Formats: sequence, C-alpha cells, structure tokens
Amino acid sequence: MLDADFFRRWMTATTASVDREAERLTALDSPIGDADHGSNLRRGFTAVAATLEKEAPDTPGAVLMLAGRQLISTVGGASGPLYGTLLRRTGKALGDAAEVGEQELAQALRTGVDAVMQLGGAAPGDKTMIDALVPAVDALGESFAAARAAAEEGALATTPLQARKGRASYLGERSIGHQDPGATSSALLIAALAEAAGE
Amino acid sequence: MKMLINVAETVVADALRGMAAAHPELIVDVENRVIVRRDAPVAGKVGLVSGGGSGHEPLHGGFVGPGMLSAACPGEVFTSPVPDQMVRAAAAVDSGAGVLFIVKNYTGDVLNFDMAAELAEDEGIQIAKVLVNDDVAVTDSLYTAGRRGTGATLFVEKIAGAAAEEGRPLERVEALARQVNENARSFGVALSACTTPAKGSPTFDLPPGELELGVGIHGEPGRERRAMMTSREIADFSVNAILEDMHPRNPVLVLVNGMGATPLLELYGFNAEVQRVLTERGVPVARTLVGNYVTSLDMAGASVTLCQVDEELLRLWDAPVRTAGLRWGV
Repeated sequence: MLDADFFRRWMTATTASVDREAERLTALDSPIGDADHGSNLRRGFTAVAATLEKEAPDTPGAVLMLAGRQLISTVGGASGPLYGTLLRRTGKALGDAAEVGEQELAQALRTGVDAVMQLGGAAPGDKTMIDALVPAVDALGESFAAARAAAEEGALATTPLQARKGRASYLGERSIGHQDPGATSSALLIAALAEAAGE
Repeated sequence: MKMLINVAETVVADALRGMAAAHPELIVDVENRVIVRRDAPVAGKVGLVSGGGSGHEPLHGGFVGPGMLSAACPGEVFTSPVPDQMVRAAAAVDSGAGVLFIVKNYTGDVLNFDMAAELAEDEGIQIAKVLVNDDVAVTDSLYTAGRRGTGATLFVEKIAGAAAEEGRPLERVEALARQVNENARSFGVALSACTTPAKGSPTFDLPPGELELGVGIHGEPGRERRAMMTSREIADFSVNAILEDMHPRNPVLVLVNGMGATPLLELYGFNAEVQRVLTERGVPVARTLVGNYVTSLDMAGASVTLCQVDEELLRLWDAPVRTAGLRWGV
C-alpha cells in the first residue's frame, strides 16, 4: 500500500529530477517552443516541494491536490494548467483514503491523464505530454519500472511526429525531428514515481 | 550575450519595480504581478484585464490607464501569467459592472484565463472573454491551435477600452472587442532571433543572410525562411499575405510594429512601403501607428496589422488615452 509519505517522496524526487534536467528541457523547447519549459517547471516544482514541507498533508489525495494547485499558481504557460490538472485530478480520484493500492493509483492517474487530454484537446500522436503519459498509465498495472520504461519510450517516439497542439504546432512540418519537451518532462515525472517506489 | 539585467530569475520583478518608479499613476504590485490603474475600480465602468508573457513591452502593462486597460498581468518572460494574477486583477478593477478578459490565442494564455474566469465567477465577478487571433501566417485548421494573437491585441485593447470608458455595458464592450478582432489581420517578419534571459542565447538559429516570414511574437520561428529581402519586397509580401485573407471595404487602421531591435528609421521606411502597397491595392487608410508596441525582446523585424473600421470604431480609436505606452487626446 502507498501512503502520503510515498506521494511526498514522488513529488520530492520529481523536484530533484526537474531541477537536474531543467537545462535539457529548455534546450529541447528552444527549437520548437520558446525555450522556457525547464525554468518554468523548476519554478513550479520548487514551490511544490516548499509547500509540501510546510503543510504536510496526510493523505495521498491531499498531497497531489496541493501539489497540483501549487503548479497552477506558479508555472504559467500551458504547463501550469496541464500538469496542475494532472496532479489535482489524480489526487481527487484517490479520495481521502490514508493508503491506496497500486491499482487504485493506476486508475486515478488514468483519470488525471483523461482530464489533461480534455483540457488541452490533445490525443496520442499529437506530440505532447500525452504521448509519454498514456503508455505509462497502460504499463502501470504491470510495475512502476514498466511505466517508467514506457514513458521514456513514448517521449523518444515523439521525435519523428509533427506537432498538432501547442506552440510547436505553428511550425508545421518543421516540428518534425525534435523530441517533445512536454513528453520528456512527463517521462521525468513517471521516472520519479518509480524512484519513490524504489524501482 | 550581453543583457542589462542582474539575473534571469528577477528580470520581471526588476522591470516592474522600475515601472512603478516611473509611473506613479499606476499601482504596480511587484509581488503579485498585477498592474492596475490607480483610480480603479471606476464606478459603473466595465473593467478590462489583459495579460500575457513578459518580453512584449509595452504590451500589456504599458497599456494600463484611462481609455485603455484597467489592469494587466505580466507573466514570466514569454510565459502566460497564472490564474491567481488574473483573479486578483479582476477583483481590483470590478465595480460591479463586470470584467472583460482580453486573451491572445496561445494555449497557455487560454488555459490560464479560462481557469481564472471560473475562479473569479466563483467570487461573484461577472466575466466575459474575447480571444484575439489575428495572425494570418498560421493557418487555422483541425490540426493547429488556431491563429496566434499578435498586433490586433493593441487595437482590441484601445477600442474596447474607449467603449468601457464611455460606460458601455459588458455585453457591448465584449461585442466591440470581438468586432475589432474579426476585422483585424497581422503578419510578422523576423530579421534576427531573440534571446530570452533564461536561455541566454538566441531561441532559434537565423543565419545573417536570411529572414523568417510569418514569425510569431515569442521568437518561435515562422513558416518559411528566405534570403534577405528589401523593405519594399517585405512590405509587398506581408501586406499581400494579409489581403489574401481579408478584403477591406472600409478604411483600415494600420499598425507598423517593431519587434524590439529595429530602429524607427527602418520602421518608418517600412511604413512608406506598406502605405505604397495599400495605395496600389486600393485600400484606404484611416490612421497609422508606427513604433514598438508588441515586441519580442531583442528580435529585429516588424509586423503589419490592418484593422477595418467603421465610423464607430474609428471614433473609439481616436478617443483620449493616457497610458505609459500609448497616449493622445489628453
């Protein structure tokens, strides 16, 4: 079973990973976006870590809802509402149980990913964070490690795609050949989940 | 790359502190990133709130004041503001007559303003929204996020601002804002890429002998790259791209807008060519504005925006305005 402490570890691991990879995310965002994905997410997750330390919510759902709200309030751009919605809706789906099972988390995360798809209007293959998140959720039923591998594979697979959502879509065919920064940061989020689980 | 900054993280806050010192007629809340006209809320007047990423100055903070915006929310550089800023701005300017959000069509701006509208309505503030999407360089289709919002934002903010100042109700101010957007089209050209403070190097690679046609206002590359052209050729290309999409029967407002690093000498010369093409194409010009209004940090280049106007829109355009970035009739 996974308790609030596990979810705090997930967020802490994400913060560390985003902080470490911020420059790579920004570099990926430079040719097809506006070169701020890394710095924006770093600002957001730094605020998440600080808030969780201060408020220490005691259920898994509350941890994710608070983290999501913090991202919406600090990130801006499309990433703020999208990542914020992902975590908030996942947290909401977990309810107020003190502990949740891995299958419950997989289901809740699917609800969160659906909410992101609805908010951003993106589908798999549009070259967005969805391309990492959907395969990750599919593989989460198996193991955290499988989810991590699926997310990383999904992010790599965005390279040959033409963007159909977000700012990269304005480039048309010229978005082809670049790995999507949003899918890349989503893969970091899922990798941090595996890290929190010790996998 | 040399920049007149301290560190990238404090660029926006530093600029806001400087703005506050230069413009005592504005309330500049540096911590919460909201710029409000000092006399807000004005009794009976609809509030106008706009916002977007920083780096486009004087848009939007420079357009706060009597006759134009009630408040503006600057985001991080090229990043949309967050809902908290917009809700705070709406609460500061709402006199009970409601608030119009003016939103440029970029995914981040749209999502954050949508969330803000929900939160503000929860607080009992009546919200209307207008989406600006005037950039003809980007085709609107099922597969894109739609046209970008660029130069027409200035026309929408000025004309809707004048209508609000006259005490028009929210529905009417919103309808006028929509009318301006529907009648406006833009096209932009970059001669160089811009450099964001966070990245410290040009956001895209544009060789010295080339230019980017159809560029956006975030340093995102345009749709097509060509060998450098003359001002005459660029004016032909830009105005024709707009006129392929709109066929004005009424006179137009013309905005020849600098992207930040192109001197007025070049902008005025470019405007001469723009006016020549319009004359050749039989498009009457009502008013012309030349300058740096919707910029893209240190990008060189220019955009052209045309907005077809009737008598009412023209009268509202001519109405007095007193802001840091646009000021006449007062």
